[in-house]
Amino acid sequence: MTATIAPPAFGASKGSGRRKVKNNVMTGLVWLSFGIALVPLVWLLYTVLDRGLHAMTRNGWFTHSQRGLTFTDPGGGAYHAILGTLEEVGFCTLISVPIAIMVAIYLVEYGNNWLARITTFMVDILTGVPSIVAALFIYALFLATLGGQFAGVYASLALVLLMVPVVVRTTEEMLKLVPNELREASYALGVPKWKTIVKIVLPTAFTGITTGVVLGIARVAGETAPLLVLVKYTPNINGDLFSGFQASLPLMIRDQVNNLGASYGLNADGARVKLHNYAPDRLWGAALTLILIVMLLNLIARLVGRFNKVSN
Amino acid sequence: MSTSQGEPMPDRDRTTDDESTTRASGSAAGGPPPKVEPPSIAGESVLAPRPATDTDIEREMGRLAAASGDADGVLPPRPATATDLGHEIEVLGSAEPLAISTIDQPPPSAAGDLPAGPSRSGKIRIGDRMFRGMSIGSGLIIIALVVAVGAFLVVKAWPALSKDKANFVLSRDWSTDGKVLRFGIVDLLWGTIIVSVIAMILATPISLGIALFITQYAPKRLATPVAYVIDLLAAIPSIVYGIWGLIVLAPALEPVQRALYHLDFIPIFDKKNVATGTIFDAGIVLAVMILPIMTAISRDVFERTPRQNIEAAWALGATRWEMIRLSVIPYGRAGIVSGAMLGLGRALGETVAMYLILSKPATGAPFTPSIFNGAETFASKIANNAAEFESPTSAGAYIAAGLVLFVLTFIVNAAARAIVNRRKEFS
Repeated sequence: MTATIAPPAFGASKGSGRRKVKNNVMTGLVWLSFGIALVPLVWLLYTVLDRGLHAMTRNGWFTHSQRGLTFTDPGGGAYHAILGTLEEVGFCTLISVPIAIMVAIYLVEYGNNWLARITTFMVDILTGVPSIVAALFIYALFLATLGGQFAGVYASLALVLLMVPVVVRTTEEMLKLVPNELREASYALGVPKWKTIVKIVLPTAFTGITTGVVLGIARVAGETAPLLVLVKYTPNINGDLFSGFQASLPLMIRDQVNNLGASYGLNADGARVKLHNYAPDRLWGAALTLILIVMLLNLIARLVGRFNKVSN
Repeated sequence: MSTSQGEPMPDRDRTTDDESTTRASGSAAGGPPPKVEPPSIAGESVLAPRPATDTDIEREMGRLAAASGDADGVLPPRPATATDLGHEIEVLGSAEPLAISTIDQPPPSAAGDLPAGPSRSGKIRIGDRMFRGMSIGSGLIIIALVVAVGAFLVVKAWPALSKDKANFVLSRDWSTDGKVLRFGIVDLLWGTIIVSVIAMILATPISLGIALFITQYAPKRLATPVAYVIDLLAAIPSIVYGIWGLIVLAPALEPVQRALYHLDFIPIFDKKNVATGTIFDAGIVLAVMILPIMTAISRDVFERTPRQNIEAAWALGATRWEMIRLSVIPYGRAGIVSGAMLGLGRALGETVAMYLILSKPATGAPFTPSIFNGAETFASKIANNAAEFESPTSAGAYIAAGLVLFVLTFIVNAAARAIVNRRKEFS
């Protein structure tokens, strides 16, 4: 962070008339824009906390699924969705991280030619690919061409496309920060290049790379578009990533949106009464759970980043 | 610094990716590094690089671990070699990027190239070759992946496109379930662009204001938390923005919308009897969503404003705003533009929030330029109809729409990168 360069003491009172007014107006506008940006953040976080906290802290939220429950039945939890999200994101991480780190190693340690330039460009393009396009690609390849059925694994594969560029970018930055002297010292000792990378460069940049990986996970954990296209929601627990419908937190939220309308039933006397709708509770509870997971990951990334050995 | 952000940023010159810098005397004379340290700090002669020893490595590692603080955060274009690591570094590791391809010309210091014992050297070469092969292979995977995305979308969209009885670009029809395929994208194009433009109009000035606030106005104690808070906006999943926009914000915006009906002599404010789920609602939510990335890029370039320019402005007696107008804004103009374009790219492809918030207009409704109307974007159209994908031809129509979206975002992102990279060459 650049330290704000303070104007000289007399500078503050410099300027007169219109210039001074203009300066004050602009100062006001800059503070105002910051204030405006805070409004949606505070409003959104307050809404989610206010409406979701009691659902999330209720007994069974982390241990029960929504199996057999309609939106007028109390109880149930988000276990099935949390499980699905963790599995899908975990599998995606397993595939993305090795590829992304190898790409970053290639770009920093080996690449300084046309192929590396193309790769850099492609990583940039991949960064900008909309998630729905990634989903359509996986759909076109695995479901339409290879005849696969909707399953969590395809959502994971679509998420790989979104996670790889994030991890490549941060890893690349971190590897560039590793001082050349470490590499040179290693070469001088007769250590081959690959061993230098594995034993010297990567360990030095380890915390930075971890930060990048965690940020990448946080980026894909909240993605919904690939899930909408590639896997179907189920209120049941399905731990099998490779077959069957699978729940996830975003899809659970999406499912509850359908049930927000009022619903009526008959009470014991046969009169028509409005039933309590539990869908909003579940919706905001799932949203809060999702936000907490993502924010926790971001926090971990920041904490790990504190211990970074290399720094710019 | 924000290097830990997932967002791409104008990266520094390659300085450390080159191991051939052991040839100290030749490379150090390559040109003046941006920030020249006196060659001898601790009274140690540094002009003669001495061979590194075991203890040297240990020592460097120790120093490295110690040097985790930000040594000087002000002068931006400085070599990645941390200046506080040691003095011989300034000579050993040249601060200038050396454009030497290690593939054509292996570093003389690499052990594999030393005339070592034949048995040993052979083994090492295999390890090196395998590792290099793996890393090049990963690079090729990335290239293949992007090419495959384009190729598969084209291949799968083609059958539907060739059977399309309507004009794909200009038709407002979208019927893919019957025997005859009739679909065109003009409505989707309108919806996508109008929502993104509203988001851009709202988000650009605010993101500039926040970037200026963080880099020029806020005291340092406040600047870091503010930057963190803005990053938090990026961490909120888009589906949460979606339900918030749908359930909380859209009803709250209804009075605003009704007030704007008074301006209905302007076509875009025409009254359309759509209470919530309008383009207006979606544009505002989208503006909040693209705010963090636009702020991040502007902040990055504003931070790199050369200190001399700022001080020169102060010296001329400029007010703070005049200083910003004279030195910060001109220096960061390319960054502002490319940040806005990256935000646009994000806005064009945003799916779930748009899918939840935007209400679908009735089929066959006449076109209206009003922003108080429902709409569909490319992404929301695809998401809305994901259930229809069972039939290959109807899926083809949506894949064609996805292909157009891919091309649109590709162009916008490539243009943004081109601006950033061109700027980097001059700075």
